[in-house]
Amino acid sequence: MATEASPIFDTDELVINMGPQHPSTHGVLRIVLKLDGERVIDADVVIGYIHRGIEKLSENRDWTQIILLTDRMDYVAAATNNLGYCETVEKLMEIEVPRRARYIRTVLAELQRIASHCLWLGTHAMDVGAMTVFLYAFRERELILDLFEDYCGARLTYNSMRIGGLPLDIPTGWDNKVRAFCDLMESKIPEYEELLTNNRIWLERTRGVGVISGEDAVGLGLCGPPLRGSGVYRDVRKDEPYAAYDEFEFDVPLGTNGDTYDRYLIRLEEFKQSIRIIRQGLDGMPEGPVMGKVPRLIKPKAGETYHAIESPKGELGYFIVSDGRATNPYRFRVRPPSFCNLQGLRPLIVGHLVADVVTLIGTIDVVLGEVDR
Amino acid sequence: MIETIVIPLLKIAVLLNAVLVSVTFMTLLERKVIAWAQSRLGPMRVGPYGVLQAIADPIKLILKEDITPVKADRMMFTLAPIISLVPALVVFAVVPFGGDELFYITDINVGLLFIISVTSIGVYGIILAGWASNSKYPLLASLRASAQLISYEIAVTMTLVSVILTAGTLSMVGIVQAQQDSGLWYGFVQPVAFVLVLIGGLAETNRAPFDMPEAEQELTGGFHTEYSGMRFALFFLAEYANMIVISAVVTVLFWGGWLRPFPSIDALAFLDLIPSWIWFFGKMFVFLYLFIWIRATLPRYRYDQLMRLGWKVLIPIAIGNIVVTGIAKVVL
Repeated sequence: MATEASPIFDTDELVINMGPQHPSTHGVLRIVLKLDGERVIDADVVIGYIHRGIEKLSENRDWTQIILLTDRMDYVAAATNNLGYCETVEKLMEIEVPRRARYIRTVLAELQRIASHCLWLGTHAMDVGAMTVFLYAFRERELILDLFEDYCGARLTYNSMRIGGLPLDIPTGWDNKVRAFCDLMESKIPEYEELLTNNRIWLERTRGVGVISGEDAVGLGLCGPPLRGSGVYRDVRKDEPYAAYDEFEFDVPLGTNGDTYDRYLIRLEEFKQSIRIIRQGLDGMPEGPVMGKVPRLIKPKAGETYHAIESPKGELGYFIVSDGRATNPYRFRVRPPSFCNLQGLRPLIVGHLVADVVTLIGTIDVVLGEVDR
Repeated sequence: MIETIVIPLLKIAVLLNAVLVSVTFMTLLERKVIAWAQSRLGPMRVGPYGVLQAIADPIKLILKEDITPVKADRMMFTLAPIISLVPALVVFAVVPFGGDELFYITDINVGLLFIISVTSIGVYGIILAGWASNSKYPLLASLRASAQLISYEIAVTMTLVSVILTAGTLSMVGIVQAQQDSGLWYGFVQPVAFVLVLIGGLAETNRAPFDMPEAEQELTGGFHTEYSGMRFALFFLAEYANMIVISAVVTVLFWGGWLRPFPSIDALAFLDLIPSWIWFFGKMFVFLYLFIWIRATLPRYRYDQLMRLGWKVLIPIAIGNIVVTGIAKVVL
């Protein structure tokens, strides 16, 4: 890709600093681009601008207090973060979670997936220049936030789960509201598709852009939709079912070309699958308590465990070590999907144009709060 | 004396004010229409239904601090917005807004040529703005603007040749009269040219989906990244004035200017009761609305894709159109 220096025209590489203050870097990502004209010949992805030390902080907090901190990692999908953490501690302490709680957790996690994908769809389309989709997607996301507000009173950082179950049962009539939302959402997905899926410009901007083969995707440690977009079957919900996923029927969409368009189609399909799961969850909702038997003082015995769930962005894992003496974890480590997917950004953008860089940041769906923690 | 100086000057004064005022209301229209497309309300606070937003915005821009970056080329930095705006306004001199002589400033026999040449000066404003800012994002934007210019300008100009062939004149008034004589809007005679000029017009005005030079999401505002206050407002004025110019030109060339629909069918003669200038502004409004609608709907092209579109699609079609028009002209 490097240009040979001509004796007459001396071409210089232009080093351009994209971010941390840039409208399309989804928070505070900085990319140092080395450009030849508009073509990217090298890129350096710099992270760390929103590091709050959540992992270290957690090692000095009560086990229950950490749930609050997990809210603040992937702040557009707080409920899945809560779920992952609570399940990990439950696994460590071998607590049995009531079936009703597991069902509600699944419904919440899938609602959260739709909300997170709405945000992704809006910003991704916005990066490519289609601004109406942004407003459409946020219109539906707003309704999900309302549902969460009905359930737990918060709209962004829910703190909606507890070790051993849930703090609250669902309010009366909430399931009907969710059902109504599912119907509405189903009627809105064609609106997004109408604006994008067969749009000539959208196709030109996304097809064949940011192609990554399945082998490379595995090698880079990608997860979630970017991995499945390359045709690799990996979904924690299917492979290592947690919550109540083993009781539901749903498909895992796979891509074939591994380009931006496939990743877009996959996430659109995941909207529909999430709706399917939510409906099954509401229909089969068992009666019973929502909180399991949990000791008054949460103090797991010495040991370590790793547990992963499928967050909207990919495999979200928690590795927790307990020394059995303190009321806080000895070591608390998160495997955030955005961080791993961000590994794939540099190979994706090198060789593409500046305009594609923002498309590709959008397509891997990073949330910097989760990358830096 | 009165005929040659006072009346034209008066017309110019009225037209300039009309254009500048309509530009401010265009911004309001754009915000409103896009808001409706996106199922929201748009500006609602200033005045009833936000109507006075059109006045509040310019006041805000005038009052804002006008910053010149330390490393910018001061003279060019100031000159660029002016170069951008002036051609957009000058073009209105030859646009006939109505059938009567009262409705146009002048009718020169090379009107269309004048429009083509003057509007292409406007892009220098963008190129210079990017260059003079001495900043990296604007520089990329100005490179994009140059690439864009050569891609669409040739196609559009060639397309216009076929219109000139059909009309047999370059005068804007003459072209409308030719449509009156033939009894058909040229939109029906030259549908291909109509679409090409419309696409080229979008590129000319740097509107979506061809707004690469200012692509906010990629270049943080593009050529006007470093501009603020009134100088930024001039770019803004230029963009919207250009939109009005393109709408007017397309109206004149393809939608029969001030003519009513189907000027040859006498049964529709009652439509002539509507004054000619209302027809003109009505048609212009359709195109302005279309521009806004497109912006609300489409994603942005990448600039290499625009160049491919220009060189590999538009120019061959334009050349083919000239050939077909020429043959038709000889045979018929």
